[in-house]
Amino acid sequence: MNKDIKLNIIDRKGKTHIIQAPLDMNLNLMEVCKMNNIGVEGTCGGMAMCSSCQCYIISDHKLPDKNEDEIAMLSESFYVKKNSRLGCQLFITSELEGLEIKIAPN
Amino acid sequence: MIKTDILIIGAGPTGLFTVFEAGLLKLKCHLIDSLPVPGGQCSEIYPKKPIYDIPSQPEILAGDLVDKLLEQIRPFNPTYTLGEKVLKMDKISENQFITTTNKGTKVKSSIIAIAGGLGCFEPRKPLIDNIENYEGKGIDYIIKDPEKYNDKKVVIAGGGDSALDWTIFLSDKARSLTLVHRRNEFRGAFDSVEKVQTLKNKGVIDVITPAEINSIKGDNKLKEVLIQKEGVFKNVETDYFIPLFGLTPKLGPLSDWGLEIENNSIKVNNSLDYQTNIPGVYAIGDINTYPGKLKLILCGFHEATLMCQSAFKRIHPNKKNVLKYTTVTGIHGFDGSKKESPKSTIKAIK
Repeated sequence: MNKDIKLNIIDRKGKTHIIQAPLDMNLNLMEVCKMNNIGVEGTCGGMAMCSSCQCYIISDHKLPDKNEDEIAMLSESFYVKKNSRLGCQLFITSELEGLEIKIAPN
Repeated sequence: MIKTDILIIGAGPTGLFTVFEAGLLKLKCHLIDSLPVPGGQCSEIYPKKPIYDIPSQPEILAGDLVDKLLEQIRPFNPTYTLGEKVLKMDKISENQFITTTNKGTKVKSSIIAIAGGLGCFEPRKPLIDNIENYEGKGIDYIIKDPEKYNDKKVVIAGGGDSALDWTIFLSDKARSLTLVHRRNEFRGAFDSVEKVQTLKNKGVIDVITPAEINSIKGDNKLKEVLIQKEGVFKNVETDYFIPLFGLTPKLGPLSDWGLEIENNSIKVNNSLDYQTNIPGVYAIGDINTYPGKLKLILCGFHEATLMCQSAFKRIHPNKKNVLKYTTVTGIHGFDGSKKESPKSTIKAIK
């Protein structure tokens, strides 16, 4: 079984990164960005309390619904669009294969 | 001028624990933090969240960890400058530094320990045109002097605890108070949400949701804010607009101190004592970097411990030091307090 999925991440400078993300490490999207030095701070460590990992979902993947914490944080964040999500609340699963995202300004 | 052995920049868990380890070596500490209370991220970002990886604490709330650390270091009489940011550091001799804050407070120390976490917390500013033109002229991002809002018209924006707490606090002081939030739900203590609801029901305050401030107007001083609610715009006259959208950490002036910086962190020598490229200046906790670095509170405690031993040697180059165990020697506070394990009693059984 393939243990990696491919992600397409555009950083804040507009550079595209093709990333292999493992499925077996219980990672979230913020952590994958940090592991690959894509310039995501993840200030709060993944508690949905800082929005430094906000990203825009470009591809039309069906993603899990936002939880209360994510909705609350996005309601207080800036540069929020309809396709905004917090990377720290999106876990790396096989459903995310080929996901394309753009890191939001901070 | 404040004089101390170790100036600790940052009063988060690592900075606070440094006071304890320094105290065991009879070194005095002064702490500076940009936040108005000690605790750093634990107090500012997640006081009510549990931490599970503090040795011997299967589960502890971040706020409780800070309270316990404050209790642990109390015997060593740490002094604090809170709500001020360090700006400038002058090395006046091999073992003498003078550090100056943005408010002009000066601290003379033999050692500087930078335990600044992710940096200095600065308010997150909403994206409103010309907002910077009204900063200090009606726009406040942090409430420093609550009295100035007495009998004034105030608009607060935000949906977290600080927006709720200040709304409650200022509700009977301001002439009028309007709370604006982007959604109907507030993320704050349940009790605070209830209080705000009661104040709204009684007509003491106005709560406008889901809404946001679209623009601001004034001449030399703020005069009104334009509130957008579900596509409808409404002008509200106000003396003050207080956006409370949390804080974000910035490395700030530390980056101009000549320290070696890598990825927004200060490089240190981890094989020895977490000293930076400036002798006498150490960096411990989340703010430093070295091969294998882990940003964990428990690692910060370890770094603080080793750093204090090294600081002792710098301050007392001719004194020999041997590691003492607190179980054996107890804690001898600078305040005259004494804690020690009870002595064994010897009694014969007849």
